[in-house]
This record gives sequence, structure tokens and C-alpha cells, in this order.
Amino acid sequence: MDKTTNQKAWFLVLPVLILVAFSAVIPLMTVVNYAFQDTFGNNVFFWAGLSWFEDLLGSQRLWDAFYRQIAFSAIILAIEVPLGIIVALNMPKKGFWASVCLVLMSLPLLIPWNVVGTIWQVFARVDIGLLGYTLDAIGIEFNYTQNFWAAWITIIVMDVWHWTSLVALLAYAGLQSIPDAYYQAAKIDQASRWAVFRYIEFPKMLGVLMIAILLRFMDSFMIYTEPFVVTGGGPGNATTLLSIDLVKMALGQFDLGPAAAFSIMYFLVILAVSWVFYTVMTNLDKRDAQ
Amino acid sequence: MADATATRAETRSLSLPRVNGRAVVMILYLVFLMLPIYWLLNMSLKTNSEILGGLTLWPQTLTFANYVTILTDPAWYMGYVNSIIYVTMNTVISVTVALPAAYAFSRYNFMGDKHLFFWLLTNRMAPPAVFALPFFQLYSSVGLFDTHIAVALAHTLFNVPLAVWILEGFMRGVPKEIDETAYIDGYSFPRFFVKIFMPLVASGIGVTAFFCFMFSWVELLLSRTLTSVDAKPIAATMTRTVGASGVDWGVLAAAGVLTIIPGALVIWFVRNYIAKGFALGRV
Amino acid sequence: MAKITLDNLAHSYLPNPKGEDDYALKELNHDWTDGEAYALLGASGCGKSTLLNIISGLLIPSRGRILFDGKDVTRAPTAERNIAQVFQFPVVYDTMTVRDNLAFPLRNRGADADYVATRVNRIAQMIGMEDTLDRKARGLTADAKQKISLGRGMVREDVNALLFDEPLTVIDPHMKWELRTQLKSLHHEFGHTMIYVTHDQTEALTFADKVVVMHDGRVVQIGTPEDLFQRPAHTFVGYFIGSPGMNLLPAEVSGDTAQVAGHTLALGQGYGPLKGKVELGIRPEYVRLSATDGVPVQIDRVEDVGRHKIVRARMGDHPLNVIADEGTAIGADMTRAVLDPAGINIYVNDWRVSPDGAGRNSVGEAA
Repeated sequence: MDKTTNQKAWFLVLPVLILVAFSAVIPLMTVVNYAFQDTFGNNVFFWAGLSWFEDLLGSQRLWDAFYRQIAFSAIILAIEVPLGIIVALNMPKKGFWASVCLVLMSLPLLIPWNVVGTIWQVFARVDIGLLGYTLDAIGIEFNYTQNFWAAWITIIVMDVWHWTSLVALLAYAGLQSIPDAYYQAAKIDQASRWAVFRYIEFPKMLGVLMIAILLRFMDSFMIYTEPFVVTGGGPGNATTLLSIDLVKMALGQFDLGPAAAFSIMYFLVILAVSWVFYTVMTNLDKRDAQ
Repeated sequence: MADATATRAETRSLSLPRVNGRAVVMILYLVFLMLPIYWLLNMSLKTNSEILGGLTLWPQTLTFANYVTILTDPAWYMGYVNSIIYVTMNTVISVTVALPAAYAFSRYNFMGDKHLFFWLLTNRMAPPAVFALPFFQLYSSVGLFDTHIAVALAHTLFNVPLAVWILEGFMRGVPKEIDETAYIDGYSFPRFFVKIFMPLVASGIGVTAFFCFMFSWVELLLSRTLTSVDAKPIAATMTRTVGASGVDWGVLAAAGVLTIIPGALVIWFVRNYIAKGFALGRV
Repeated sequence: MAKITLDNLAHSYLPNPKGEDDYALKELNHDWTDGEAYALLGASGCGKSTLLNIISGLLIPSRGRILFDGKDVTRAPTAERNIAQVFQFPVVYDTMTVRDNLAFPLRNRGADADYVATRVNRIAQMIGMEDTLDRKARGLTADAKQKISLGRGMVREDVNALLFDEPLTVIDPHMKWELRTQLKSLHHEFGHTMIYVTHDQTEALTFADKVVVMHDGRVVQIGTPEDLFQRPAHTFVGYFIGSPGMNLLPAEVSGDTAQVAGHTLALGQGYGPLKGKVELGIRPEYVRLSATDGVPVQIDRVEDVGRHKIVRARMGDHPLNVIADEGTAIGADMTRAVLDPAGINIYVNDWRVSPDGAGRNSVGEAA
């Protein structure tokens, strides 16, 4: 749609600006403030320059958390995106069963995150959880509080359980926008199932899939509550992802300076990656609008 | 379900010929989704001795005692009340401020609009962990610590950008000619917006409210950081089950089940818009 | 290429149709002769797209059979039927180039590369898109996309039938004419059986050898354009074809005269005794205004549409349209109308009856 230029539109945006300034800009400024200062207590601060950043970049702890975070996000994206597409392709297109699927699939998305953690913490326990008990019964040692792999598998399966439906619902929304005539034409052209996917379904899903990947990347990169409830970051530091580490540092140890510097770098990384997604997405939008 | 899906798909001869495969995939996936929830429900209806006594696929001694515990103890059920209060406040605030802004983004070009839009989105990308400490300090210093409004305002951090984004998508779908016709008919902007435009994007407003509700409902880190007693959310209350004598699994499970119910209720009303809403109105 | 036989075919979108009203397509028997070009004409929602989808195999009919050259294909999937179909709105594969779009049906059937290249060039020339062959289909205008759809429909030479579902709706008027001419010449060249669905009578009459007129889920007449014009089998055909449509006047018929609005008219031919709702139909082209002859009429309005004049008149209480040549002067004294017996048809309960007491000209006979 072609838009008219109107500077008065700023007045319409003003309430949002004021609110977001209060809930984002002011706190962010505090963070920035801490990031460049040090204190010996009693609210006396002095300029610390970039020393917090230098310390952090040299710290093995941060880099480990960062690599774990990258691994986590990459793995869940690699599972959730294809799985979500497969589920979307197999969903009923309309009618009662479509509604049932939509509602059941949305259910995990509406569960408070710590409850999600609790559900899986219980479910994967060897003594009282169905999953852990079953695995134990068939002879697989599965103890997520002790075993590195068990801990990782638990938090990954949990995230897949929690969020694959989001990808599926988005892909489904893309599929719903394809008119029947496309499928009919494909039949008449004797297109194979693969060709239907490759040339009809996938191009239509691409736009919403970008949104899905963007959201999943952002949210998995910031994930805190669910793995924290299940593993508390352990065993050892095996599942200490960035947010878990940050909260430990800020609220646990009250290391304000390093935590603030950490926050800023954390935010910048997400921002940079999201910017790339966002640019690709808006370019896709433009291409479609042609 | 297999049979029903199969026959339904067969009568609709336009669907692709993978009827049984489709049903199998969906059933497997839904079973995967439902099993952990079923397990939670199962546990909530058991006594602690049965839970710890060994694995049973359904309650041998059915008990509602765990639910009774929660619903009769104010320390428990006030958690629900608190959650619902701040979630509702947040939803109202977010949608109210997002409406005019989304309208501006969908209809006008103005100085810095694109940057502003992305900047708003960046707040959706901000890790709550980054904001936990500054929020704590900010709201403490203005005396809002442990109030509902503090949590509601904190959650606008990610809900307002989301609301603007979703609403903008829906508003883009409304032809501009409608605005122009209304102005020609002599409507003032506020009257046009409330009387004509808002009804047109009603489904979008509903979806947006749903998403604000959802994200505020599921968030815990900020709401836990900003509250201690008076506005403590249910999700945080759940830590109470860890006592000196170990974890009260039955009550924990019951509390978990009760947190799922509000979501399950609202989702039924927006089920036809869920997919479109998740696509941020862009399908 | 094949003869297509519809045998007691009927379709309802409801799972358990009860009365006749539940059927979107009422019982139908018809042979589509091999190599003829048919137009399926009717208003929106009359069942013409349903019929087309049954032929192409996208729908399985509730009752009856469909045969290609005597072979039952009622339940055969679309791919087995080897037909081509072009839809109302352009269906193109956005991410492919125009060339790949055109080649797609051939490649899916494993045609060899040389043949594909020749065919694609040939079709591109026909639809006037040689220059854009290597462009992506995304971003082309609706016009161009629909031309690609048409091209994809025509690219296979061996199809049993070519089906068109209002393919020119989104095309510019001048392009419409050109493409329709192309389709006709294609038909002459290859002799495909073609079925062309449209609600536009001009399109139907100029394209087809035979026009099938549908109304309310029923085929009301199958005939050449001339048949439809001269002897509409059903009042709907009279009304739907022609602009304006046929005049219908309630009449009492005895032998070779009719009483209309208190006047006696000669019919030129004799009819047996008729029961039911009897109407006299005459196209405006067969009515002439006169100062001296015929029955008195009252003129309400004269519309000059360029090639001719349309006179809106009334005979008694019944509207009567008259088409007069552009050159004819319409004087104030021309208050009478002459109805040419050659253009008169008699309808009983909306169906045409043949002169000399022969029974009603039913669908069965027409088919």
C-alpha cells in the first residue's frame, strides 16, 4: 500500500514512545552506566572504562556459555524448523479436526515457562517420571542431574516440545494462503509430491518461516526459565546458557559491572543477528508485493 | 481419530493422497505434545505416597486433595489472582498504546518511521535477563516494587512492540479508501478510529490481546524479580512446594495443571485466528 | 484426444443429498464429440465449474460414470486422464522462469529435452512471450501470468481434452480477443476436444462449435450458436443469450394463432393443445415497429447503442424490447409492432414446444 507522508503521525506514536522509554530506555541506561563504572559499595562509583568488557572477553566462563548458547540455538532450530514444516504439511486443512489440532498444538505455548520446566523435570525423572522411568526400564541410564548428555537431551527435547508448534502454526498459516487452484494445476501438470512442495508450498511458506526462524532464534537465545528449572545450569556448568550465567552474575553474585557489560554484549549479538533476519524478511515482503 | 480424518479427507477429493500417512504423523506429534501434560494431570490426582511408591499410568486412589489444598489456601490462590491482575493490566495498556501507533505505521510515512519500527522490535529481542536487575532498581526507587502495575509495566517491554507489530499487519489489510471515505463523510479522526476503524480490525485486536495475555502469562523471570509477597505470581508461588520434608509433588502438579487452564480457555476462542496471529497478521 | 461420455452423471456437495435441490449438478447424459470445441455457458453458480472439475478428475461425482473413449475413468486420478486445464485465476510457479513454467508439464512426463525446447518456443511464440522466457514468473502482471497458464495448458499435444475455466477473466479486453482467436486456431490445427467454461455469451458464441447452456445445475440446451439464437430450448436460453434477451409474453395458443394481451397473432405454424404456463418468445431482432401494421404498443424509451437502437416498449402490461436498425427513424406515430412469425417460439412451463403438437423439446433429445 502506498503511504502518505504525514509528520503528525508522530503524535500517534508518542504514547508508545513514552512507555517504551520508561520501560526500556531508562533501565538500559542504568545498564550502560554500570558497564563503565566500578564501585566499592556505598553507592560510590568511579569510571572503569572498557575494563569490564576486556575482562569478560578474556574470561573462559563467558565464552563457554556463549558456545553452549550457539550450540543450543543451532540444534533446536535444526530440529524445530523441519519438524514444524512436516507437521504443518500433515495438518488437516479445515473442519473440526483442524481446530482440535490448532488448540492442542497451541497448548504448550500457553504454559508458564517455569511450569514447562517443572513438567519436564518431573517427566524425565527416573523415579517418578514416565520418560525417565521408561528409559531406565529398557536399560538406558538417563540421569539429567548427573549426566551431561542426558541434561542436554532433556532441555532440547523440552524446547522442541515447547516451541515446534509455533513453527508449525506459522507454516500452516502460510499453507492456508495457497488457493486450491494451485494444487489442482499441479495435479494436472502431473507434478510429483516433491515438486508440489518445492515449487508451490515452500515459496508460500518462506515469508512466515523467516518470522518463525527469527522468533525462535531470539527466544532460544534468551532462554532462561525452562532449562534453569530443569537442570539449574548443571551438571556442573553443562547447561549454563547465556541468560542463566547472566542472572547468576547479576542477581546471584551482584557483580553489577561485569553483568552490565555482559548484558550489553549479549543484547548487541541478538540485535546483530536479528537485524540480518529482519532485513531479509522485509526484502522478501517487498519482493512479494511486486 | 484416524478413521475420522481419513474419511473426511477422502470425501474432500481435493486433498493430497497421503491420507493415512498424514493422520499417523499428526497423531504421533499430538501424543508427543500431550504425554507430558497427561503425566502432570495424572500426578495431580494422586497422593504423594502413590507418586513416590512406583509408576502408575493412572491414579489408583483418585484424590482431589491437592486441588483442595491450593484452592483453600490464600497464599496459593492469591498467586492466581495476582497473575490475572497484572496480565490483564498489561494487556489493556499494551493494546491501548499500540493501536494508534500501529495505525501510524500502517498508514503514514514520517521522519524516522522505519528506524523507530525496528527500534521497537529490538525491545522484543531484549533478553529479560538483561533487564531483571535494572528493573528491580528502577521500580524499587519509585516505590513500585511488589505491585501489580510494576509487573504490568515491565511486561510492556516485549508486549508493546509485539502488539504494534501484529496490529500493523492486520491494519495493512484494511483498504485506505475506507479512511478517506470516512474523512470525506466528515468524521473526525478519533471518532473515525473508534467507530469505524476499530470494528474493522476487531479480530486483529482480539488476536493481539490474546498474544499479550499469553506472553505476560508465561513470563516468570521479570515477574518474580519484581515481586515478593503482595503481587507474587502463581508460577513463582510454586516454589512453596519444596519444603523441609522434600517436594510435595501432588500439589506441585496440581498447581501446574491450574496454570494451564486459563491458556486453554482463551485459546479456544481465538483458535481460527491463532495461525494468522502467530504470523503477525502477515499472511 | 478422446470422446468424453457422461453417463447418468450427477453431483452433490452434500454427503447425503435428499431432494433434487441438493444437487449442484443434476442428472446428465451427454457425449462430447472428439475434436469439437464446446463452450459451457451459464450464470455464476449454475454448476458449470462442477461439471468441469468432474471431467478433469478434481471431483468425484456422487452418481453416474464418466468415460473417455468408452473407458470408465470416474474414479481415475487427474494424472491418468491426461487432460489439461486452465483456471480462472492465473496459476504460475512463482519461483520458476517462464520457460520452466511452460516446460513443467512436459518434463513431469519425461519428455526429452529437444522436444521440450521446441514445444516451449512454439507456445511462447503463440502467447507472445518469447522475450520474457528467462524471467522469473514472480512479478509479472496478471495478464502475463494468465498467458503462462494458458501456455502450460496448451504445451502438451497429446491431451485427451483441454478444459478452460473462465480463463480470460483477468485479461485485458483487446488481449482477450487475440487469445481467443489463438485458441480457435489452435483448435483447428490440433483438433483437441476443448471445453470452455464462461459466463460471457460473446466468448461462448465466438469460440465454440457447440454451446452447452446450463441453468441451475441442469443442461438446458446444447446447440450451435445459431440454434441458441433461433430456437432457444428453454426460456433461460432466450433470456441469457442476446442483448437484450428474448421477449416472453404470456399467451394462449390455439392452432396457428396466439392470443397475447388481447390481440391475435399469427404463429406461422400450428400447435396441438397445450397445458401449463404457455408463453410466446420472440427475440427483439424479429420485432419491427410500424405506423400501420401489427398490434398496438406503447414506447417508453429508445436507447441508441451505436450499431442499433433498442426500443423499450410495452404490449399491454408486458415489456417488449425491439431492435431497430441504426438508420431507422422512430417516429411518434410508430405505435404498432409487427412480430415476425419466423422468430416466434412457444414455451410451455419454460421449455420450448415444437410445432404440430410434437412433445416438448427435452434435454434428452437435444443431447
